[in-house]
Amino acid sequence: MYQFIARRLLSTIPVLAIVAVLVFMLLRLTPGDPAAILAGDAASTEQIEGIRKTLGLDQPLPVQFGIWLGQMLQGDLGESYYYKVRVTELIGQRLEPTLSLAALTIVIAILVAVPLGVVAAWRFGGWFDRALMGFSVFGFSVPVFVVGYLLVWLVSLKLGWFPVQGYKPMDDGFGPFLYHLVLPSITLSVIYIALLARVTRASVLEALGEDYIRTARAKGLTESRVLISHALANAAVPIVTIIGIGIALLIGGVVVTESVYAIPGLGRLTVDAVLSRDFPTIQGVILFFSLVYVVVNLLVDLSYVILDPRIRY
Amino acid sequence: MTAAKSGTGPVLDVRGLTIALPTHSDRPEAVSEVSFSVERGEIVCLVGESGSGKSVIAQAVMGLLPDSLPLTVGQVLLEGEDIAHAGRDRLRQLRATRMSMVFQEPMTALNPVMRCGDQIDEVLREHTALGPAERRAKILDIIREVALPDPERIVMSYPHQLSGGQRQRIMIAMALVLEPALLIADEPTTALDVTTQAQILELIKTLQARHGMGVLFITHDFGVVAEIARRVAVLRLGRLVETGDKDAVLKRPRHDYTIMLMNSVPDFKPHGRPIAPDQPIVLQTKKLDKTYAERGWFSARRVVHAATDVSLEVRRGQTLGIVGESGSGKSTVARCIVRLIDPTGGEVYIHGEEIARRSHRALRPLRRKVQIVFQDPYRSLNPRRTVGEAIIEGPVNYGLSRSEAFERARRLMDLVRMDAAALERYPHQFSGGQRQRICIARALAMEPELLIADEAVSALDVSVQAQVLELLEEIRERLNLAMLFITHDLRVAAQVCDHVAVMSQGRVVEYGPANEVFVSPRHAYTQALFAAAPGRDFAFGQA
Repeated sequence: MYQFIARRLLSTIPVLAIVAVLVFMLLRLTPGDPAAILAGDAASTEQIEGIRKTLGLDQPLPVQFGIWLGQMLQGDLGESYYYKVRVTELIGQRLEPTLSLAALTIVIAILVAVPLGVVAAWRFGGWFDRALMGFSVFGFSVPVFVVGYLLVWLVSLKLGWFPVQGYKPMDDGFGPFLYHLVLPSITLSVIYIALLARVTRASVLEALGEDYIRTARAKGLTESRVLISHALANAAVPIVTIIGIGIALLIGGVVVTESVYAIPGLGRLTVDAVLSRDFPTIQGVILFFSLVYVVVNLLVDLSYVILDPRIRY
Repeated sequence: MTAAKSGTGPVLDVRGLTIALPTHSDRPEAVSEVSFSVERGEIVCLVGESGSGKSVIAQAVMGLLPDSLPLTVGQVLLEGEDIAHAGRDRLRQLRATRMSMVFQEPMTALNPVMRCGDQIDEVLREHTALGPAERRAKILDIIREVALPDPERIVMSYPHQLSGGQRQRIMIAMALVLEPALLIADEPTTALDVTTQAQILELIKTLQARHGMGVLFITHDFGVVAEIARRVAVLRLGRLVETGDKDAVLKRPRHDYTIMLMNSVPDFKPHGRPIAPDQPIVLQTKKLDKTYAERGWFSARRVVHAATDVSLEVRRGQTLGIVGESGSGKSTVARCIVRLIDPTGGEVYIHGEEIARRSHRALRPLRRKVQIVFQDPYRSLNPRRTVGEAIIEGPVNYGLSRSEAFERARRLMDLVRMDAAALERYPHQFSGGQRQRICIARALAMEPELLIADEAVSALDVSVQAQVLELLEEIRERLNLAMLFITHDLRVAAQVCDHVAVMSQGRVVEYGPANEVFVSPRHAYTQALFAAAPGRDFAFGQA
């Protein structure tokens, strides 16, 4: 078990190294000169050259990579060209909104989708099941920004229940924080509810066909107990896998929602960094995302041990 | 309820039970006008082949019938109360308290992610108001009563950490913890090894006698009936054909179907066919070894010896039986011989050619000579291919033209006594016995010199089993094949084998002519196997 964790943590090193090289190379291959963008339209060639020099972009690529790698090994992701602050600090500032949004989204998705999926499996083929499957097709196919603007129009503008946009940090009090976060989270959760409900339904349906369900009923247990402690408990592994993938995708996939609701999170930071060719920021954010992926996957794998005692590493 | 408990009527009285099948089934009713009763303190065996409706009756009593099988007519009286049309909640109250059920496969019948103690505890929490300490005491008591060692550890174990027999004991403990009046046991020992089966049968008998409950014991196995029943009810296609006391039914069966069933039970006595000497050796293994090693990064290697030092030989026209319980290594040996897995050590000769260490490419020309028929005919045929395609695939791979291969397939269908029209159809359109004939035809299409039957008749009903055994015997004789027959069933082995190798824990513990091994087994393990075989005192074959 501890060996497994150690081995998995060690294996993140080559993964991150490969990501680092790829990101670095790809950014240098894309058109667009950060120095020219920073200097603005009216700048002279000398000015641009000067900026390039201060940024270290005049060095040969291997030297640039070496410098970046050296910094990175000391836990420093470099300084943003655009914001002029350390990238680590930048990510730190933007982390709270994104993490809050992702966390609330996933909580909503789990609370809504898992019960729906269980009931649909229980009443397989009935009206509820068909309605849920219909909804999930809808949830998959409608783009996030459409759901977002629809909800803003209906819930904020017509009903006035929640603010149209903006973000309040947790330090301003939990109430306002949550109040601003609910609508974006619901928006973002639609697709995850669709996904998770489907997976839950399929996986519980499979479990319901197993012999131990017959045993549980023969023991005279109530249907809710049969469903929760027997069917759902055995269906948990695929469900948790999807939740894990959901979390990983969410952290990197909040770009649109953050734009619609004007939330200053990592998604917005990524978009802005790409538009201004802010190489250190892009590299830092992408490295951070891949670290999150690796860690979430590790946690999901570890959760299997708790969910299914037959699994041992 | 106490009044009913001390009542004198039967525990279970089934009257005129009729259960409909969905339209377009092979018959209109799963169960037709079935009436029988189970008295307090007796074991009634409900005997029938697959599809006879015996499990449907059990489900009907427990109120667990699926919606597709509605109970149309009849009464099910549990201690005098008609529960055939009882409501959901009433049925739930009765389950585990007045009637309980034990199932066939204890591995799948237990929840794999819940501790055994918790699974028993659920029954108590659902049906009693006992506190945690009292519940725990009761759980430990019942675990002791089903004779499980180290109850404290068992309570904390998950099902996969126990053996098959221990798991079935947990099922029984769970069923009996509230002392129900009726226990329904649906093939409770079918999935178990013969020695474990003997112990579980003994346990059920003991508990039944101690608690005086009625037991409805469902089985397909007349050996088990002979061991455990007081009365017997024989079921055929949903109808009761014969009921009576055990001795009356087993010794003087009246109905043709019962007689046919009992005649199909293979006899314990070896067939006594003379063994032709001086035939060429087709298969020989010398000190065959297969070990599985689990490699850890830092920890010591864990080595499992699946087969150790196995030396066997099979001559042309003869059948060698490998007999053993699950985990004895008999299938490992077969798989090494076919090189589905690679042996770790030792030699395998097919017609004098060493194959254990040949590369898979060099093995290809020899593959044809050794063919295997597996246990489960449902899963060993590709459901999306016609029977004909399945049979000709091998020969065509080895260079035969399609038309020649089809011609061969037609001849083989005749040999396995099936209609050539079957070649155009798909596997799901056939019964288990027919599918096994198809699997045999598929193996024979390669014109092998050695045919390996790996539990090839174990999944079949006795009457079908008898036919397939007869067919295999005829084929061996006509084609002068060498046959390796792997089975856990001593009766079957007695019928087909010329030589027998008894395996236990990866080793051959006894090896000799079938006559000698069956008549005077020398090794203690062989003797234990014979002693455990159910119904050995009844001579079924000659009813």
